[in-house]
Amino acid sequence: MPRILILAGLGLVLLSLPLWGSGYQQRSVVEFLYFLSLAMAWNLLAGYAGLVSIGQQAFVGIGAYALVVLAEDLGLNPFLTLPLAAAVAALAALPASWLLFRLQGAYFAVATWVIAEVLRLAANASIDWLGGGRGRAVRSLGGFERGLREDITFYAALALAAVAVAGAVWLLRSCTGLGLMAIRDSEPGAQAVGVETTRTKRRVYLFAAAITGAAGALIYITQINVRPDAAFSVNWAAYVIFIVVIGGIGTIEGPIIGTLIFLALREALSGLEGWSMLIFGAIAIAMMLFAPRGIWGLVTERWNIALFPIRRQMPARFIEKETT
Amino acid sequence: MIVLSTLVSGVLLGGFYALLGLGLSLTFGIMRTVNLAHGDLVVLASFLALAVTQMLGLSPLVSLIVLVPVMFGLGYALQGLVLNRVLKDGMMPAVIITFGLAFVIQNGLLMGFSADRMVLRQGTLETAGVTLLPGLTVGVLPLITLGAVLALMAGLQLLFRYTLIGRAFRATSDDPQIAALMGIDPKHVYALAMGLACAIIAVTGVLMGMRSNFSAFDGPIRLIFAFEVIIIGGMGSLNGVLVGGMILGLSQVIGGALNPSWFQLTGHLATLAVLIVRPSGLFPETIDRS
Amino acid sequence: MTLLHLENVAAHYDQFQALRDISLSVAAGETLAVVGSNGAGKSTLMKVICGALPASAGRVRLNGQDIAGQPAHRLTAQGIAMVPEGRRLFRSLTVEDNLRIGAYAGRKGPWTLERIYQLFPELVKRRDNRGLDLSGGEQQMVAIGRALMSNPQMLLMDEISLGLAPIVVNQIYRALPDIAAEGMGLLIVEQDINRSLSVAARFCCLMEGRVNLTGPCADTDRKALMDAYFGVSA
Repeated sequence: MPRILILAGLGLVLLSLPLWGSGYQQRSVVEFLYFLSLAMAWNLLAGYAGLVSIGQQAFVGIGAYALVVLAEDLGLNPFLTLPLAAAVAALAALPASWLLFRLQGAYFAVATWVIAEVLRLAANASIDWLGGGRGRAVRSLGGFERGLREDITFYAALALAAVAVAGAVWLLRSCTGLGLMAIRDSEPGAQAVGVETTRTKRRVYLFAAAITGAAGALIYITQINVRPDAAFSVNWAAYVIFIVVIGGIGTIEGPIIGTLIFLALREALSGLEGWSMLIFGAIAIAMMLFAPRGIWGLVTERWNIALFPIRRQMPARFIEKETT
Repeated sequence: MIVLSTLVSGVLLGGFYALLGLGLSLTFGIMRTVNLAHGDLVVLASFLALAVTQMLGLSPLVSLIVLVPVMFGLGYALQGLVLNRVLKDGMMPAVIITFGLAFVIQNGLLMGFSADRMVLRQGTLETAGVTLLPGLTVGVLPLITLGAVLALMAGLQLLFRYTLIGRAFRATSDDPQIAALMGIDPKHVYALAMGLACAIIAVTGVLMGMRSNFSAFDGPIRLIFAFEVIIIGGMGSLNGVLVGGMILGLSQVIGGALNPSWFQLTGHLATLAVLIVRPSGLFPETIDRS
Repeated sequence: MTLLHLENVAAHYDQFQALRDISLSVAAGETLAVVGSNGAGKSTLMKVICGALPASAGRVRLNGQDIAGQPAHRLTAQGIAMVPEGRRLFRSLTVEDNLRIGAYAGRKGPWTLERIYQLFPELVKRRDNRGLDLSGGEQQMVAIGRALMSNPQMLLMDEISLGLAPIVVNQIYRALPDIAAEGMGLLIVEQDINRSLSVAARFCCLMEGRVNLTGPCADTDRKALMDAYFGVSA
């Protein structure tokens, strides 16, 4: 199986990177990994559950502030806050889903943004606790020697991305995934055959929130200062949507390709402050018009390949019986 | 008296918000999709008005003669050349395209006009006031805005009720496939609707640009306010827009009176409260279901 | 003279071929009944003729001109109208506005609001009601009136008796000869064969997307028609 060899080789290269890579390479890969996790979460929502959110920055911010509160106020090891940030985000996503799931389509989209805005304003207003508009810093990170901190950050990012990708693959291959595809094709039809559509969607929404929350905490482990306007910025949603749209919405491979392209393009356009966002927006529009299935969609149209197969194929023994 | 003047200023602020919500409500009512670049188009209109006033030496209100047709054409082209191409594929492409457009407009304005805050000046109109009661003075500009909202709403109602093209709008909103069997080209109707919405956006951009200063990145918050207006008022309900605007304006002003930093927050919370209690808004259903 | 003429028409939904090699014609003033069981392709045939679904092969001619591939809204202006299955009135419009919108294409001809109200007098007192406040039969009258308001040359009717009480269906069918008398071609799709054969001159039976029997209605061999309908090979 060459596919498994490729994945194993890639894993080995990544796992050993701190041994041979430069600090710059290591930080770049961390960035790649957290954007990939964010993109994977958004892709699950939009590409599989039909929930187009433009408010995932709510969970980036929640994860970031969970990091601040747990590490600074409760004295936990900052890296141990990552799974807790995921839990906090999922917990916050539950009441949000009660509200949001009353809305359809584009209204769901804008409402997710309103919730993120409310949280941004609330964090700005909380001057004594969360530091208001100036935010707070994760001072306890100063207790780690720099190289060690970067190594732990690297492996934490790797673990997060692995959970995001593996979780997405697992979720899609499970019963939930089958239900999701049924919902995507026809919601009434799915209901008729017994798919509990709301519960299925909620499960995906909570999972996406957990991944996004952990990614938020990780991002601010690398940035140290948490400010509400940055942590709850709609730019997070914009980057992630760009990544998934360019890579290929509704595929596992798409976000990986999209993240690589996004980071390369951002590097190439650095120094062109306003132009870069303009170009990202224009590319996203062009992709939706001319290649709505993204780059990975164009690839699979040409060659029938899948790095992470989530389609079920009939076991060979059944096919053989039929032909004999 | 403080209570009364707070309420009056809330209502007058509500007029601006109703105007902001009107264009968004129109596109939702007919196309069933949300234009995420709505707020940015409003800001674009403010900047275009600034350019027109500077280049042609017109006052902001007079610049509407140029601006309304230009924005109408822009809206028609946006729907006709771009959004109509993805109609078949559900709402996601339209959401992503208009979200992308929002970033294009914001950063295009940043490049074209710098990041400074701008304002439209119409002589002394912005600061002029009318004293209704001793101690209660209201601005002329908010009154003009309220009048503009009412006039536009009445105009739209007349259009939808009594003209052939207005009936075609409603028919297409109800059932585009059957509308096509009547000889109506739904794509043309959609493009006209977006054109009309952008013409309203031109008026909104000028009046809001005169009310307060604006910058390239003010679009998103305007979209959110417009969205809140139609959530409160009921999606696609033209009459609900007025009440939605008033409730949003009042809740912001009341919140701001209690604590200045709560101004926006109370507006958002009012919206979320309506979502919890009446998810379809206070005036559910679409255009002209009175 | 032949008004509508289909030549070897095929139609697809993605990979699925719903119509193959359909040829039929309707003359001005003539009524053709299209019969067939569920899934035989009757509604698809209607969609192809009115432009809602493009034909993937073959020709559709109206007065000798090829109209295949033109969108529905253009064909209305050229004289094709349809009464859709399930009536589908515009829910936010009144009865009278529903009728008025039928004349959107602006074709001149005998059908006006007054003529529709003469044909279906029940609608007069309902003119200011919303479409959905009406009974099923009244809704069907509005749907037929709406189609007539475009003054079509060719009128397609899809399952107009579906879900209506027999007495109401009788009433609607009594109006059909008046409609045909104006010289337009009529194409009627019904599940209820007896109904449609009673008003049509000729029939055309579809089975799995193909025409498998055609003939005049007057002296049909019922046995042969039933076999064609259920696909029993002779």
